[in-house]
Amino acid sequence: MAEPARARPKPTPETQHFWDGTQAGELRLQRCDACANVYFPPRPFCPSCASRKVSVFKASGKGKLYSYVINHRPAAPGFTPPYAIAVVELDEGPRMMSNIIDCPQTPEALELDMKLEVAFEKLDDKITLPLFRPAKG
Amino acid sequence: MRRNQVAVVGAAETTELGVIPNMSQIQLHADAALNAIADAGLKLSDIDGIATAVETPQQIAHYLGITPTWVDGTSVGGCSFMLHVRHAAAAIEAGLCKTVLITHAESGKSMIGKLPRSTPADSLNGQFEAPFGVYGPPSMFPIPVLRYMKTYGITHEQIAMVAVAQREWAAKNPRAMMKDPITVADVLNSRMIAYPFRLLQCCLVTDGGGALILTSADRAKDFPKKPVYILGTGESVETPMVSQMETFNSSRAFKVAGPTAFKEAGITHKDVDHLMIYDAFAHLPLFGLGDLGFMPHEETGKFIADGNTRPGGKLPLNTNGGGLSYMHSGMYGMYALQESVRQMRGIAPAQVKDAKISVCHGVGGMFAASGTIIFTNEK
Repeated sequence: MAEPARARPKPTPETQHFWDGTQAGELRLQRCDACANVYFPPRPFCPSCASRKVSVFKASGKGKLYSYVINHRPAAPGFTPPYAIAVVELDEGPRMMSNIIDCPQTPEALELDMKLEVAFEKLDDKITLPLFRPAKG
Repeated sequence: MRRNQVAVVGAAETTELGVIPNMSQIQLHADAALNAIADAGLKLSDIDGIATAVETPQQIAHYLGITPTWVDGTSVGGCSFMLHVRHAAAAIEAGLCKTVLITHAESGKSMIGKLPRSTPADSLNGQFEAPFGVYGPPSMFPIPVLRYMKTYGITHEQIAMVAVAQREWAAKNPRAMMKDPITVADVLNSRMIAYPFRLLQCCLVTDGGGALILTSADRAKDFPKKPVYILGTGESVETPMVSQMETFNSSRAFKVAGPTAFKEAGITHKDVDHLMIYDAFAHLPLFGLGDLGFMPHEETGKFIADGNTRPGGKLPLNTNGGGLSYMHSGMYGMYALQESVRQMRGIAPAQVKDAKISVCHGVGGMFAASGTIIFTNEK
């Protein structure tokens, strides 16, 4: 029997560009053409000024650790506890949930405000997840 | 909304609380509703308004045999019942109905006739939170805690004191699930659930329910029990995704609901004799004290650690023992409301002497929603 897999996102018309981006190795955000607001999660209008004129752009992939828990139980399918569920604050402003890889999943190693960079983890042929690792240098 | 125009005239919980393996979820609703109707000295046919959450109003109305002229199915998580009270008060004042029944029940532990909760893979939560290992409230609700602690200099020991103080209240309450005294060390040595939170900082999982009956203040004086008036109300929502909160240093929904209720009630914080802050997890009373304006967030941890909210303290908080020690069937807001009503009637197991104003503040989802009700027993 196959191991239980982690929850797999299913893109919608409004979010497809984001998931196309992760597959192409890009973290894509949206910026309002009218008021310059950068926002997440994806939607085809600006949640600040309601303009429908918005652009998709490639984000830097850099951010910092805003907060997290280290989940011990119950563990989600596809995860081996303990594992950190993190919220990353991107340099462009928006925050997103993710996991921190290449780092011990301990309070000592996971320091708030530590610098992070995006890493892409391929789930299957259609979905690649944006994860983060401690920034080099 | 005008003050004191509507009153609670019936209030009751299910006959049993805790583990109730012989009742389905809708029967728990009915058990609480029938108890509240008896408490108010009414017949089912007197009810012309109904509100409930998770279960639908049509489900509960049909099961009870009620034909309402006003219906509210607002379902925003555990504070839904605070919103129901607010909406019912407005509806009664507007003449849409005369006597409203609000029910909550969950077979949270025994899971009999409980509706499944699921996160569709193409929802925003399904795309942008579920893939990263969130699995139930313990993995989500505490996510803001470490940021909050860092911002305000709150310690693990201070947050542990929330559970300790509430266990002291629970010890006075025969219906509380957990009554044995605990220490800060007990809390910090209990089983890790989701760092920084351990077992004793997470709510219980139980079966149970509760119901309220509201009518106009003019009619309320003719009921058998002392009326408890609605002095002020507030509500708001922020986001269904904890990761997308505006900040982890505060809850925007709390900051709208709480102050709206205080303004409507025309009271200051010094007027508050009794306080309930929905405590699904131990950080919520800190967020509540700060966002409702009782004190700056920096002082919330010390305030609780210094014993100000425990029995004998100057601000009695979560006097039934709270979701951490009393009970928590999944949507705890109804039990917080029940305790506020008991305190205003003067019949609580751990009664606050001469209490005249009770503030009852609820949260829904993971800081997704909020509702605040301010009660008084003086008109």
